[in-house]
Amino acid sequence: MDEAERRKEHLQDEHVTTLHPNYMGVFWWLLALTLLEVIFGSLRTGPSYPHIAKIVLLVSMAVGKAALVALYFMHLKFETRTLGIIAITPMILCAFFLFMLMPDSAMR
Amino acid sequence: MSTAVMTFLLICSSVTMVKALAAIQDGNSKRMCMFLGCTILGGVIFLIMQYFEWTHLIHEGMGLTQNPWGASQFGTTFFMTTGFHGCHVFAGICYLSAVLVKGLRGGYSRTNCSGVETLGLYWHFVDLVWILVFTFVYLI
Repeated sequence: MDEAERRKEHLQDEHVTTLHPNYMGVFWWLLALTLLEVIFGSLRTGPSYPHIAKIVLLVSMAVGKAALVALYFMHLKFETRTLGIIAITPMILCAFFLFMLMPDSAMR
Repeated sequence: MSTAVMTFLLICSSVTMVKALAAIQDGNSKRMCMFLGCTILGGVIFLIMQYFEWTHLIHEGMGLTQNPWGASQFGTTFFMTTGFHGCHVFAGICYLSAVLVKGLRGGYSRTNCSGVETLGLYWHFVDLVWILVFTFVYLI
């Protein structure tokens, strides 16, 4: 094996070590958050549990789960900052559209 | 409740997908094929469950322009969102199967696994979108 091949193998090893985070740990987090979502989603809203609190809780947990998938399963955590910015940019557009539609949906 | 199981299934299939990629990065093609098979199984069960959910709702009177429990627009939102997602799951199963066949023929190795990585990105994104669909369409 020449020097170039040895270096390639070494780089591959380093790459693999970085890309093998604790996947099962992420899985248990996702499972726990899903269970919490189901529990909080099935609770009846009222004075002690306002509807807005329910929405904020559920959306926060969903965003948390999506972030876990993107960061660990899609390896965004181990990519460059630029790629992270590229991935987040459509979310800003998504939030913009959501807020633009709110007045329309609130009047129905 | 069945949608919570469907969510669980997709999360499990995402784990098996990432394990398949880890296996081929470690040079273990056999293990990769096994995990790809598990991922396909998760996707297929998901689609079967979605089929039963859809037929149940259609029998109850829900349609693209009707919803017996409230605003008719919900029927449109529900069928369009979950339908398009289901189409992506189906496309993912086809994509997974193609990669599995290539893997069984020894088409991937430790240094040649970018095809599996790309497939993984697709499949995880389908899972990521379902996480949001589950919250916005089913829970809220």
